[in-house]
Amino acid sequence: MPTPVITATDLVKRFGDFDAVKGISFEVAPGESFGLLGPNGAGKSTTMRMVGAVSPRTGGELSILGLDPNRYGPEIRSQLGVVPQSDNLDVELPVLQNLIVYGRYFGLPRALVKQRAGELLEFAQLTDKAKTKIDDLSGGMKRRLTIARALINDPRILLLDEPTTGLDPQARHILWDRLFRLKEQGTTLVLTTHYMDEAEQLCDRLVVVDKGQIMAEGSPASLIRRYSSREVVELRFGSARNASAAEQLAGVGERIEVLPDRVLIYADDGERALEAVRGRGLEAITSLVRRSSLEDVFLRLTGRSLIE
Amino acid sequence: MSAVEASVRAEGRSSRWLGSVFAGNPGAVMSRSWLATRSTNWLVVASGFLEPVLYLLSLGVGLGTLIGTVDTGGRQVSYAAFIAPALLATSAMNGAVMDSTFNVFFKLNFGKLYEGMLATPLGPLDVALGEILMALLRGALYGLAFMGVMAAVGLTLSWTALLALPALLIIAFGFASLGMGVVSFMKTFTQLDWIFFVLLPMFLLSSTFFPITVYPPAVRIVIECLPLWHGIELVRGLTTGVITPALLWHVVYFAGMVAVGLVLATTRLKALFLK
Repeated sequence: MPTPVITATDLVKRFGDFDAVKGISFEVAPGESFGLLGPNGAGKSTTMRMVGAVSPRTGGELSILGLDPNRYGPEIRSQLGVVPQSDNLDVELPVLQNLIVYGRYFGLPRALVKQRAGELLEFAQLTDKAKTKIDDLSGGMKRRLTIARALINDPRILLLDEPTTGLDPQARHILWDRLFRLKEQGTTLVLTTHYMDEAEQLCDRLVVVDKGQIMAEGSPASLIRRYSSREVVELRFGSARNASAAEQLAGVGERIEVLPDRVLIYADDGERALEAVRGRGLEAITSLVRRSSLEDVFLRLTGRSLIE
Repeated sequence: MSAVEASVRAEGRSSRWLGSVFAGNPGAVMSRSWLATRSTNWLVVASGFLEPVLYLLSLGVGLGTLIGTVDTGGRQVSYAAFIAPALLATSAMNGAVMDSTFNVFFKLNFGKLYEGMLATPLGPLDVALGEILMALLRGALYGLAFMGVMAAVGLTLSWTALLALPALLIIAFGFASLGMGVVSFMKTFTQLDWIFFVLLPMFLLSSTFFPITVYPPAVRIVIECLPLWHGIELVRGLTTGVITPALLWHVVYFAGMVAVGLVLATTRLKALFLK
C-alpha cells in the first residue's frame, strides 16, 4: 500500500462526559474511496470534523497528508475539499460568486479561481444558474454547488459528510454520477453515509461504525461475504404475527432475524429457503428474495437496522 | 506536493502559535463582506451618515448661536466647532459598532458562513480581522463623509485636522474589535439591545456637547475611562489644533482596545466553531 493520506490510530473525541468517538483506527490510501457507514449519532461526523482539521482530537493519533491537524490546521485544510452535512453556502452571494469568493479563502489568484469556477459550474451542471440566488436553488442543486465549491482548490482529499441525505432519488442519482466521475479521475474520497446503497456504489472500502467504534472493515463485497449469506428472504406476516411465525421457521436457512415489521431468513439459495417456508405451511403476506446488502451486515453486527 | 514536502514547508513557518489561528488572509474575508454589502440596502447605510449632520445643524448651528464660544484646551472655539469633532468620532464609532455587532450577530447565530470559512485554510483570526476591517471601513467612510461636511462649513480649524483621518481609523478599529469580541458572547436579541443601552449614554456624556470640566472629579474619572471620551478628545485636539502629548495616550488606549477585542473575538470564534 502506498503512503496513506490519512492515518487514524485510536482516535478519541470527548464532549464533556460524552464519548463521541471511542478509539477508532483506519487508513486511507491515495486515490481510494473510503466510507464510514453507520447510523445517526455513530460518531461519523465528529470523525470527519477531526479529519477536516476543524475539531481537535481528545486522544489518539491522527495524520492527514503527513501532518498533525492540531498543529498544521491551515496547511491541511488548504489541501482538503469539504462537503458538510448541511449546506453552508453563502446566501448573500449568487451561485458563481460563491465559488469565486470561496476560492479566494484559499489565497488562490483571482484569475485561476475564475477559470476553475466556470469549469466547476459546468461539472455541477449549474452553468445556466451562475447568477441565481442560493435560496432559489433546489436541494439537489445546492448540494452540487457545495461539491463544486469543495473542488475549487483542487483538493487532494474530498470529505463528504452525508452527501445525499435529504435529496429525492433523482437528485441522488445525479449526485452519485458526479461523485463517481471524481472517483474515476483519481480523487481521494472520504464519505460518511447511513445509506447502504450509497456506500455500495461509491466506496472501495469502508468501516462500519456504531456508537463511536468500528465494528468491521473491508470492501462492500467482502463485508457481505463475511457477515451475511448470499441471499436473503424477506417475509412480512403482519406486525402481530412476525415473532410467532419466526419461531415456526427455526432451522430454515443459516440464520433468522426478526424485525418489528418483517422476518429475514439468511440463506445461500433464497428460493429454496422460501420453498421450505411454504413447506411448513406458512403463508406470508409478502415475500421477497434479494441479494444480501450492507444493511444486513450492519444488522448482523449491531442487531439494529441502519435507519431507525 | 508530497506529504513530506508539505511538512517541510509547514515547519518553515515562523510562528506556530499564530499559525493555528491565522493564515494571513483576512483580505479574502473582507472582500467577501464588501461583495455582500453591495447588495444590501444603501438607504440604511446613508442614514448613518445623515444622523451626525442633523445633530450638527440643530445643536451646533441652531443651539450654538445661543451659546457662543467654548473653551477647549485654553482655546476659544465656536460651539459648532466644539461639537463637530465629537460627532465625527461618534459617527466612526457608530459605523464600526453597527457592522461588527448586528451583522456579526446574525452570522454567528443564524448563518453558517463562518463554519464554511473555517473549513478552508482561514483561521479564526482571519475571520475576526476580516470582519473587523470591514466594520472599520464603514466607520471610516462615515467619518470621512462627515469630515467633508465639516471642512465645507469651515469647522476644521487647523491643518492637523488631516491627522483626524488616521485617528478615525484607529477609533473605528477599536470599536469594531471590541464590538465583535463582545457580540460573540451574545445569544439573544435582548442582549443586542444592551449595546444601545451602553452607546446612547456614552454618546451623550463623553464631553460630546459640553466640556468634561463641568463634572465633579469623581464623575470625571468615570467618563475618562470610556472609549468614546478618548475618541472625542483625540479628534477634537486634531481638528481644533490644540495638540498636547495627552493625544498619544488616547492612541494607546485604542491600541489596547484593538488588542483586547481581537483576542476576545478570535478566542470565541475558536470556541464556537472549532470544538
